[in-house]
Amino acid sequence: MVIEKLQTDILIIGGGTAGCYAALTIAERSDANVLICEKANIKRSGCLAAGVNALNAYITDGHTPRDYVEYAKHDADGIVCEDLLLSMSERLNSVTKKLEELGLVILKDENGKYVSRGWRNIKINGENIKPLLAEAVEKLPNVSVMNRINITNLAVENNRVFGAFGFGIESGIFYIIEAKAIIVATGGAAGLYKPRNPGFSRHKTWYPPFNTGAGYAMGIRAGAEMTSFEMRFIALRCKDTIAPTGTLAQGAGAKQVNSLGEIYENEYGLTTSQRVFGTTSENLAGRGPCYLQTKGISADLESDLMKAYLNMAPSQTLRWIESGSPLRQNVEIEGTEPYIVGGHTASGYWVDDNRATTVEGLFACGDVAGGCPQKYVTGALAEGEIAGISALGYTGLRDKKEIPEELAAKHIAEAEKFLSNGTGLYSTEQLEEAMQTVMDSYAGGIGTGYSFNEKQLDIAEERISRLETLSNELRAEDFHELMFIYELRERLTICESVIAHLRARRETRWAGFSHNLDHKEKDEKFGKLFVNSRLENGEIKIILRDISKRQVRDDER
Amino acid sequence: MSVEIDREKCVGCRRCHDVCPGSLIKIGSDGKAFIKYPKDCWGCTSCVKECPAHAVRFFLGADIGGMGSVLHIEKNGELLDWVIERYDGENIVVSVDPKESNKY
Repeated sequence: MVIEKLQTDILIIGGGTAGCYAALTIAERSDANVLICEKANIKRSGCLAAGVNALNAYITDGHTPRDYVEYAKHDADGIVCEDLLLSMSERLNSVTKKLEELGLVILKDENGKYVSRGWRNIKINGENIKPLLAEAVEKLPNVSVMNRINITNLAVENNRVFGAFGFGIESGIFYIIEAKAIIVATGGAAGLYKPRNPGFSRHKTWYPPFNTGAGYAMGIRAGAEMTSFEMRFIALRCKDTIAPTGTLAQGAGAKQVNSLGEIYENEYGLTTSQRVFGTTSENLAGRGPCYLQTKGISADLESDLMKAYLNMAPSQTLRWIESGSPLRQNVEIEGTEPYIVGGHTASGYWVDDNRATTVEGLFACGDVAGGCPQKYVTGALAEGEIAGISALGYTGLRDKKEIPEELAAKHIAEAEKFLSNGTGLYSTEQLEEAMQTVMDSYAGGIGTGYSFNEKQLDIAEERISRLETLSNELRAEDFHELMFIYELRERLTICESVIAHLRARRETRWAGFSHNLDHKEKDEKFGKLFVNSRLENGEIKIILRDISKRQVRDDER
Repeated sequence: MSVEIDREKCVGCRRCHDVCPGSLIKIGSDGKAFIKYPKDCWGCTSCVKECPAHAVRFFLGADIGGMGSVLHIEKNGELLDWVIERYDGENIVVSVDPKESNKY
């Protein structure tokens, strides 16, 4: 295997929304060397590949960042870090301005003011939002971008990070990267659970199927403290295409109706998890399918919706043109499989207000960072900015540290083993399916209506552990297949943490997202606690932390 | 949900390969693009937008209700023309102005 050693001041792992913005932030403030390692190509990688047609986190006139904190806190039923939400919310409008300067089209009224949807959304044409960010990054002289590089592990000793390991999926080169500070911005995790469409369209998911939770897994292995993996996200989406429903529900005012034509959304409530819960419940009660009531909308609205979906989820427009338009028929909706994210729900690294993780020199932003839900695009940018500033400050305090040869040798040997293993009984694809089936059946997937009990979690734990053992024998024919093996192993690592967290929160807090059948009600005690965890000597240690320590009083700002 | 790439039309510019967020498109020994992992496509249509030869076409899998229609994109001055060739032979074009915002 060809081995190359690289050095940089700040390594950014993942060139998506948050990672790109961290690079822009650092370059505006210093001439420090920045290296972005991206698994795909930053032009369209991450959550924004197809585009987005609203910025869902913006503070409109008459509102304050504090209002946004309260909204997010309500939506997550209290399990949030207020300090993180506030520092994010305070930056939402300035990052929006920056996006506009980069060329993003934002709808304005006759007075030049942004047109809002509700009090915290503004309307955009975001088809090209990721290329705009990527172009800005590629112009920066002190930022290098390496595409198609899969980073798999951090170099950590004595709880301090000083580098990372990875390989080029097309070049076949193994990289040893030394850095003074690292920003992890790899996004959340899709593909842990059996998908809603498990066949040919298995990757027609809400969350990008290429976000496999690498950053979570690297952090877990490195002994970082993680939070709220039990707060899974389930999206309410258009059936089959898994396209967004917000443009229809909040934008066009379409109500959720059951097959009897009854509007059911008010009975369950309108938070994200309540919208999912209502739909699942109506289906279970025999009143499905459920729809968004679009039948009879105006032809103008129909035409605008066709275009709006082309700018973010073109499959839905194709579906309408193929099978009947929203004017003629209601749009069927359903919940997706569970995902682990830190930008809608709050799973990820336990970070302080500077987005520093519990590992020295390691910063986290975007979906990989926990405790701060409802980030959406602008919140991820805001966190990229904070992490960028913090990492830059940290590099001034520390010198480079060389990666010891024996540590690098261990990671090289692991990659070489997969490339030289004999062809075994199982393929990576088979083990991935097995993992998704286990999680679906025993850890609250679609198959059980997102419910589980402790005995089922025990089975899930045992079977995931067995799959981890089996994955040691997998064979990769090339470096792309090697990436598939590492992605599977990342997901298995995260599954173990998700199971441990689901078991530790002995209550049912977010009814739409999870039902703990041994503890079917909310428990006030758990309403005051974060469920955190850390890997210690190979065992997941659960740490319950007091929420009040992350609250912010008005006089503190 | 996936794309098909017409090898006859492919001009070998590699732009679809370069942009795919899943690294799913590879270049064959003839210099032309092919999708190596069709089941792993997310459906973002980034490759469709890049193709200067209209060789990349997007479709819905039959498992999610696809009926055989395909979509490609043509640049029409400042506009993006999304061309849907319906399964029944009808062609539908939806022109989108990149400077026009979503209104909903």
